[in-house]
Amino acid sequence: MAFLDRAARSLFLTELLGGLGLTLRYMFKPKVTLNYPFEKGPISPRFRGEHVLRRYPGGEERCIACKLCEAVCPALAITIEAEPREDGSRRTTRYDIDMTKCIYCGYCQEACPVDAIVMGPNFEFSTENREELFYNKQKLLANGDRWEAEIAQNLAAEAPYR
Amino acid sequence: MAEFWSGFLLPLIIIVLKILAIVVPLLVAVAFMTYAERKIMGAMQLRQGPNIVGPFGLLQPFADGLKLFAKEQILPVGANRVVFYLAPMLTFFLALVAWAVIPFDYGMVLADINVGILYLFAISSLGVYGIVMAGWASNSRYAFLGALRSAAQMVSYEVSMGLVIISVLLCVGSLNLTKIVQAQETIWFAIPLLPMFVIFFISALAETNRSPFDLPEGESELVAGFMVEYSSAPFALFFLGEYANMILMSAMTSILFLGGWLPPLPFAPFTWVPGPIWFALKIAFCLFVYVWVRATMPRYRYDQLMRLGWKVFLPFSLLWVVLTAGVLVTFGWLPK
Repeated sequence: MAFLDRAARSLFLTELLGGLGLTLRYMFKPKVTLNYPFEKGPISPRFRGEHVLRRYPGGEERCIACKLCEAVCPALAITIEAEPREDGSRRTTRYDIDMTKCIYCGYCQEACPVDAIVMGPNFEFSTENREELFYNKQKLLANGDRWEAEIAQNLAAEAPYR
Repeated sequence: MAEFWSGFLLPLIIIVLKILAIVVPLLVAVAFMTYAERKIMGAMQLRQGPNIVGPFGLLQPFADGLKLFAKEQILPVGANRVVFYLAPMLTFFLALVAWAVIPFDYGMVLADINVGILYLFAISSLGVYGIVMAGWASNSRYAFLGALRSAAQMVSYEVSMGLVIISVLLCVGSLNLTKIVQAQETIWFAIPLLPMFVIFFISALAETNRSPFDLPEGESELVAGFMVEYSSAPFALFFLGEYANMILMSAMTSILFLGGWLPPLPFAPFTWVPGPIWFALKIAFCLFVYVWVRATMPRYRYDQLMRLGWKVFLPFSLLWVVLTAGVLVTFGWLPK
C-alpha cells in the first residue's frame, strides 16, 4: 500500500502542485519590503551612526581636549591637537576623524566625560570620494548643530542605562 | 521597370513589413517579460520588484537594455573571435526565425507551410548550437561545462517532446499548425491529453534552460555557464534570444494544447474577443507559469535531470503514444 501511495503521489505531482499553490498564496500577501529612500525603518536610540561634536546650549563647544577618545579609539581614526585658548581654557585646535578607518564601535562616545563626541542617528553620509570622509572639527561641529535635537532626545532616552 | 516593381520590389516590401509586424511586438514582449518576471517573482518572495524607473517601474527593461548596450565588449584572450560573436547572433536569429510559421489567427501567418510543427521542432533543436558554440568559443571551463550540460539536456528532452508532438499529430492528422488549432475546435488537447500537456510543458522548461532545469547557466556552480564570458551587446542578444525562446515555447504550447487563437468556449461573450488576443492571453498564461515555477522550484541535480528525461518522460510518453493510437484506432476516431 505504501508503495502505491508513494507512486500515486509522485504520478499526480502532488508535492510540486502544493509548492506552486504556496507561492501563489504568497503572491497576494502584503509585501514586507520598505521602499527604502522614501520609507525608513525605526532606529534605536543607541544607534551608532555618523559622529558629531556637540555644543552647550550657550554655543560653547563641549570638547575639553582630554584626548580620551583618541586614546581609546581601536582603529586610530581620531587625531587631536590642543592648545590653551586666550581665556585659559583647554580647547582643541584640530579634531579629525578618518571615517574610512572608523569601525563604529562607539568607544569614543563611551569615553567622553562631557558628552562632546557622540555618534548620531545619521547613516546616510556616503560620498563619491575618500577625501570627503576625512572629517575635521568644523564638519563635526556642523553635524552637531544639525543633529542636536535628535541626539539630545536619544541621550535622554539612554540616560537611565548609563 | 513596372514589372520589377510589381513582381519583385512590392512583394519584398510587403514581406519585410509583415516580418517587422511580428518581430517588433515580439521584442517589446521580451522586454516586458523581463519586467513581469521580476515583478511576479518579487511578489512571490514578498518583495516589490522594480518600481523606480517610470510608473510602477515600467521603463525598467529599457533602462536595463540601455545599460547593457553602453557597456564594454570584452573578448577573452583565448577565444575564437568569429565563433564567439556568431553564437549570440545565432541564438537570437533562431529565436526570431521560428515565428515565421506561428499562426496568430486563421490565415494570419507569415508562412503557412504544411510541415509547420516539424519546422518549429527543428528550429528549437538548432537552438542548442548557439549555446554549444558560445561554450566552446569562450575557451573557459565554466562556459564549456555549461555548454556540455546544455547539449545533453536538450537532446534528452527533445526525445520525449517529439513523442508528445506525435501523440498530438495522431489526433490531428496534419503537420500544419493552422490545422492543429482547427482540430481543437471541439475540445482543447490539454484536456484529453493532459499527461502529455504536463510532460510537454516540463520539457519546454528544460528546452529553454529555465529553472528548475537551468543547469547550463546554474549560477551557484558555473557562475553563468555558457555566457560567463559575454558582456554588453552579445550578452543582450543571448538574453533576448532566451526570452524570445520562452515566448516561442509558450506559443507552441498554446497551439498544440490550448487551442491557439480559439476562445475557451465557442459562444457569445468569448467569441467577441478577436483571436490574436486569445492567443496572446494564452501565451501570457504559459509565461506566467514559467515564472511561477521558477519562483517555486529549486534546481535539479544533473543526474536527477537525466533520470527524469530518460527513465520517466521517455517511457511514459512512449506509452501514451501507443495508448492514444490504440484508442483512436479502436473507436475509429482517426482523422481522415
